[in-house]
Amino acid sequence: MNLTRYQKPDLSWTSFGRLSSLRDELDRLFESPWAELARTSQLWSGWTPALDIHEDKDNFTVHAELPGMKREEIDVSLHDGALSISGERKAEKKFEAAEVYRTERFFGKFQRTVTLPAPVAADKVKAQYQDGILTITLPKTEAAKPKQIEVNVN
Amino acid sequence: MKSIVQTNPKPTAERTAPQEFVAPVVNIFETDDGYALEAEMPGVNKDGLEITLEGNEITIVGRRAPVRVSGTLLFRDRSTADFRRVFELDPAIDTSKISAKMEQGVLTLGLPKSERVKPRRIAVSD
Repeated sequence: MNLTRYQKPDLSWTSFGRLSSLRDELDRLFESPWAELARTSQLWSGWTPALDIHEDKDNFTVHAELPGMKREEIDVSLHDGALSISGERKAEKKFEAAEVYRTERFFGKFQRTVTLPAPVAADKVKAQYQDGILTITLPKTEAAKPKQIEVNVN
Repeated sequence: MKSIVQTNPKPTAERTAPQEFVAPVVNIFETDDGYALEAEMPGVNKDGLEITLEGNEITIVGRRAPVRVSGTLLFRDRSTADFRRVFELDPAIDTSKISAKMEQGVLTLGLPKSERVKPRRIAVSD
């Protein structure tokens, strides 16, 4: 599993339009699906969906790219503070007999697990699948939320 | 000092960096009736899709639906760039009958062949 923690750049791309990361540069250099492919080394290990994780004071939000799936084919589970997204994408049967010109899409089983940096309330986790993006909202447990402590200065 | 030449009349909100695109991965199949093209564009819905036909070339552009996420980014490996890819079409394709369907981030184009090039069975008379 290739999971590296996101390193915030000194000048974030959100504030300065597009100050590209090295990966963006590389993607542009190759400008082909192969760049995408090499990035996740899908060629050797099936495929792993790309995902983003955001954190605010109440929730973790995970967005995973799973284009062309059915809701029931996606499994989301939480175990010991580790979130797992797994499933199987099946190829469409109707093109089985057809002559194939290009096959760049990946089918088959996938799994991706990420460890969350703080405990979440497992019973309040929500998942939604729309436009090929799986959005998982994981509310933090009360204990994990930042607390304001009032200090009286006399 | 004020410049005489107004170089960028657009308001800041509209001004963006040069557009970057990533190429969506595709599968292309051929059957007797025509071709089918599937392109993966996660985060793009029907409204973000622009398909243009120019002569023999079809251009697919998919713009990701804006997502509002609060909080700080902990980890990222999704691209934020929009999708774009150009394909040259087989002249046998009847360009007036091209169909497009968008479902869960996958665009499926139906590219039927024109009637005259479809394989036909010729009846033999006695």
